[in-house]
Amino acid sequence: MELNELSIKLSQYETEGASFESFFINNVGQEVLQVIVDGNDELPIFVTRTEEQILCICYLFTEHEISVEKQADLNASLLRLNVPMPLSAFAKIDDKYAIFGALSTNSTLEQLGHEIVTLSANAIDALEAISDYLTE
Amino acid sequence: MSILKKLFTAVKGGVNEVGEGIVDANAIRIFEQEIRDAQGALSDAKGSLTEVMAKEIQTTRAIKALDEDITKHESYAAQALDKDEEALALEIAEKIAQFEQEKLEQQQVLNTFSSSVSKLKEQIKQAEKTIVENQRQLSMVKTTESVQKATMAVNDTMTSGNSAMTSAKQSLERIKQRQLDRQDQLDAAQQLADESNDNSLNDKMRAAGIGEEATKGADVLARIRAKQNK
Repeated sequence: MELNELSIKLSQYETEGASFESFFINNVGQEVLQVIVDGNDELPIFVTRTEEQILCICYLFTEHEISVEKQADLNASLLRLNVPMPLSAFAKIDDKYAIFGALSTNSTLEQLGHEIVTLSANAIDALEAISDYLTE
Repeated sequence: MSILKKLFTAVKGGVNEVGEGIVDANAIRIFEQEIRDAQGALSDAKGSLTEVMAKEIQTTRAIKALDEDITKHESYAAQALDKDEEALALEIAEKIAQFEQEKLEQQQVLNTFSSSVSKLKEQIKQAEKTIVENQRQLSMVKTTESVQKATMAVNDTMTSGNSAMTSAKQSLERIKQRQLDRQDQLDAAQQLADESNDNSLNDKMRAAGIGEEATKGADVLARIRAKQNK
């Protein structure tokens, strides 16, 4: 499924009690879909597609929002949480911490919807779980 | 060096300026070429394999036919001997020797085919492995590339929107507030629904003359009359 097609389908789609808004971005030659679940526009999910996989990424916080002395501890905790967290994993992109999930390019709308809803919920849970590490 | 190791070294060194290719375009082209070559080799090997396997089957069949001929002629030779036909028996025996020679030759051909088959199968396995391996490595390079580009696109959007301005902590607070609001709304809606349920029950009870009765015109008139009569 192409991303622009997915964008249209997602905006008409509802699953697991969640609704989606989605915006198609293509300003640097790489198609990206910005998906907002249940109006949580603070934690948008960015969907990109490569030949092999569909990546869903949600940025959590920047490195600067963590105090330096706590960072190693946080990193270790995030690594430990990676396995128990359903479908998603923690990652770091440039100076941003992120949570992401990858799917096969053959995934159905239902599978993608489930992935995005789970990712969104995981992102909120993760932020809540690590909020003690965040500076104001 | 594997791509992952290159990537590891690069991210360790903090290569995050977008556009600075971690793996140069040349390496990507080489990978793609290697995949194409391996795919070519694979389809050639598969073509040869079917051919050789067909020949292997044919040769096996020919050997089986020769075996049958040998058995058959051995019984003929025995029959000739039984009938004291020495000369005929010798002729038949020579025929058998001929079959056996032929069988030996076919056996050698079969051995060549069989070893070709196993060699081709090995080649196919190798080519498939190379393709999968290169595709895996290439996918890492390409994913890195598209994630870089996607990050660029996302950064553009975030700096033009207002999501870049808020900290994660504020974001979390806003989301929690929104979830709370939504819960309150749901509770309120539920309460409304409950109340309207109550109303409909009251209506039913009233209709059945149970509970508070609606004031009727006739009752009012009766009350006024009662006052006048006093």
